[in-house]
Amino acid sequence: MRLPLLFAAGTPSRRVLADFMRSPAAVAGLAVFLLIAVAALAAPLIAPQDPYALAQLDIMDGRLPPGSESMAGFTYLLGTDDQGRDMWSAILYGMRISLGVGLVSAVFACLVGTFLGLFAAYVGGRTESLVMRLVDLQLSFPTILVALMILAIMGKSIVNVILALVIVEWAYYARTVRGAALVERNKEYIEAGRGLRLSGARLMLRHLLPNCLPPIIVIGTMQIARAIALEATLSFLGLGVPITEPSLGLLIANGNQYMQAGLYWISVYPGVALLLIIVSINMVGDRLRDVLNPRLNK
Amino acid sequence: MFLWLTKRLSQAAMVVLAMTVIVFIGLHLLGNPVDVLLSPEATALERERLIADLGLDRPLWMQYFAFLQGIWHGNMGTSFVFNMPALDLIKQRLPATLELAMAALLIALVIGLPCGLVAGLKPKAWYSRLMMSGSVLGFSLPTFWVGLMLIMVFSVRLGWLPSSGRGETVTLLGVQWSIFTRDGLAHLVLPAINLALFKVSMVMRLTRAGVAEAAKMDYVRFARAKGLSGRRIVGVHILKNILIPVVTVVGMEFGSTIAFAVVTESIFAYPGMGKLIIDSINQLDRPVIVAYLIVIVIMFVVINLVVDVLYRLLDPRVRLEGKA
Amino acid sequence: MTGAVLSVKGLATEFQTREGALRAVDGISFDLMPGQVMGLVGESGSGKSVTGYSIMGLIDEPGRIVEGSILYRGRELVGLTEAQWRHLRGDRIAMIFQDPMMTLNPVLRVDTQLIETIRAHRKMTRDAARDQACRALEKVGIPAPQERLRAYPHQLSGGMRQRIAIAIALLHEPEIIIADEPTTALDVTIQAQILAEVQKLAREQGTALIWITHDLTVVAGLADTVAVMYGGQLVEQGRVVDVLDRPLHPYSAGLIASLPSSNVDARRLAQIPGMTPKLGEFPSGCAFRTRCSRATPACHAVPAVSSPAPGRTFRCFHPMEESR
Repeated sequence: MRLPLLFAAGTPSRRVLADFMRSPAAVAGLAVFLLIAVAALAAPLIAPQDPYALAQLDIMDGRLPPGSESMAGFTYLLGTDDQGRDMWSAILYGMRISLGVGLVSAVFACLVGTFLGLFAAYVGGRTESLVMRLVDLQLSFPTILVALMILAIMGKSIVNVILALVIVEWAYYARTVRGAALVERNKEYIEAGRGLRLSGARLMLRHLLPNCLPPIIVIGTMQIARAIALEATLSFLGLGVPITEPSLGLLIANGNQYMQAGLYWISVYPGVALLLIIVSINMVGDRLRDVLNPRLNK
Repeated sequence: MFLWLTKRLSQAAMVVLAMTVIVFIGLHLLGNPVDVLLSPEATALERERLIADLGLDRPLWMQYFAFLQGIWHGNMGTSFVFNMPALDLIKQRLPATLELAMAALLIALVIGLPCGLVAGLKPKAWYSRLMMSGSVLGFSLPTFWVGLMLIMVFSVRLGWLPSSGRGETVTLLGVQWSIFTRDGLAHLVLPAINLALFKVSMVMRLTRAGVAEAAKMDYVRFARAKGLSGRRIVGVHILKNILIPVVTVVGMEFGSTIAFAVVTESIFAYPGMGKLIIDSINQLDRPVIVAYLIVIVIMFVVINLVVDVLYRLLDPRVRLEGKA
Repeated sequence: MTGAVLSVKGLATEFQTREGALRAVDGISFDLMPGQVMGLVGESGSGKSVTGYSIMGLIDEPGRIVEGSILYRGRELVGLTEAQWRHLRGDRIAMIFQDPMMTLNPVLRVDTQLIETIRAHRKMTRDAARDQACRALEKVGIPAPQERLRAYPHQLSGGMRQRIAIAIALLHEPEIIIADEPTTALDVTIQAQILAEVQKLAREQGTALIWITHDLTVVAGLADTVAVMYGGQLVEQGRVVDVLDRPLHPYSAGLIASLPSSNVDARRLAQIPGMTPKLGEFPSGCAFRTRCSRATPACHAVPAVSSPAPGRTFRCFHPMEESR
């Protein structure tokens, strides 16, 4: 059963939306995620302090617990770190980096993977085998190792992190898209016979792509969460984003050393923020998968 | 079977070779290999010697063969930081990581299988739904964060379990094991749980899907029609059918577990291969990185091979393909 | 009827779907005497398989028996617990399914599947059970039973697998065997063999047989009585010779007329007009009225069961004997 998930208002997409809304967990997840996304976008507007402006920081304000008053007159909602940085502001800006890196890498990986998957399915033959072998090779190695190696060789920067994430993730898209496109290709092939060979690649895209959209959406959602988690892990290990643009992972790493001393807020709150992002996205993705692929095993 | 095995072995060998080529190219394209393999403080004389040793004046393909030869003989350079052969260093740290990975997989199976079984047999029950929601958390929560939380709760606040290091070890067959000492076990618990979390969710979901599907099959109905007890139906008929895919997936995940041990070992300061590689990357101890890569690739290929063989042995439909 | 081994009265089974409750079986009544072979005939969707499952108590959610009673030697089967059922199934009442590939568990050996049935109902050692299993295979005409026992289901042909299923059903010499289209999935040549064997075995052991099929010719050769189902209702039943010679219900008449053997040479094969509706789309009143040439406005009501002679029943306002 084809489910052309076109975003023009049509009954299929409305039905999907209605089904989606039936799960309170998924709706809650979506709400949380949107809230966070908006907060992250509006960080420069709502953060009481710019954590990058070193001049603003007063080291005397360092290590204050949540709720303390600052010299400048506002409340350190979530305390300060060792440099006197307001945690709330740091988290807001950190969410920008985390979300930004995660989304950008997922989008690029999606584009690359989808293109390669469609291409492989369309062209077939040895090219297809080659691409799929590459995909298998890529997927048989754990993501973290590949990312580590890339960053070890190329050094730390946001661009490199995104690059590493894209390299790690494209294979999932490619495999799924090729599988979905293959189903469609086989169907049409039998029906239209040779006629298909005459249609251009664009027509193929118009046939194949809509059938691939549901799995792309499901995988894409989960991949965003994975990308964010992977970036956080890499940053935590010191191999992710540089210290000048701290993502949530880096903030957690920074705060780790103060845990034993009882200054939990420097590490825990960024952790909670990260968690909220990842879990909410996964809830949404899980529900999308149930709704878009009813026949698939969970 | 034999024919298939030979084909499979040659396939595996190809993959390893391909990886060596990639690593080799990586070494040479991304900077002067001498700088890569030599400590920054080396003297000019040592440089000359290394160039001669490595044969960097020789054509590229000859260097590649020398590289391969080095691997074959177990010579992959000397660590800058520890001043000992890189391979030996890795061999030293390997048992700790293996112990950790196996403990984690064991936990994942022991918890994941029964929970998945229950959730699959009674999918609408409240506890099944709770477990499935919990499993979403299981694979969403980043491993490092869970590790931090575990430390905070069990080590800092409650003081029940140690938060770093490996504990006492016992030497058996020339290898150091920590599971045989109480202290070693105590040090193993938190890291193993941390590493297992992701796998528990995975095993649970896999088992549940398998059980739910098997329960609808005709042979289950027939088993009931024969008057078999529920315990026998689930314990033998269903279990044997789902065990095959579950075991193979878990087997494949063994490699991934070893890889993810990188994070857990860093957090818990557990002296295994994972921590070694992170430290080496941070300290630019390149020979260790190269050696680690090669070792990991070989391990992965071997694990995949073993799992493939196991699968063929376990599933009678595949095993006896040639016979009837 | 006294002395009947099975007595079904007014059985109705429903399935809950998104569109409401579907009645797969609607008011079925019949009696089965010891050693009697009854053919239950109908197209797919007529409710014949569901009848079989209902008698075995194998109707699961979202279905359930909503009305009626099933008496086995006077004992009520509707509402028995699983534990009580376990004693009956495979021992006193057995069932054979349609597709032998999926009825036998593909990952267990044949001997395991036989031995477990034996030991589920009798205390005996493995070896004694194995001997009994071997003899059971011999009885159904399987050559070299010792080797067959060690085999896996996929190594055997469809006919062989079905014989094994029959052997399993006969293990404890049950009083009733329900066979759900057991030969439909097999070659025509094998069909005849298996039919003959089952008939012989049933006669030898005095087992009552309910043979569910869509094929009237099978019933003609095998059964003592026949019951015809349409739309979940029992539209006609009686002795085979009676029903085939003088069918009372238009549907039975149509079925018989459409048999190739009934056809006079060079004439067009008779067919019942129209198509069987899907479950839930049967017309109200008499389920057959939309395809019946004898239908009148009276047929909008559900016809009651008429019984012109003991054991002969039909449900029709305009049975075939009536002049138009």
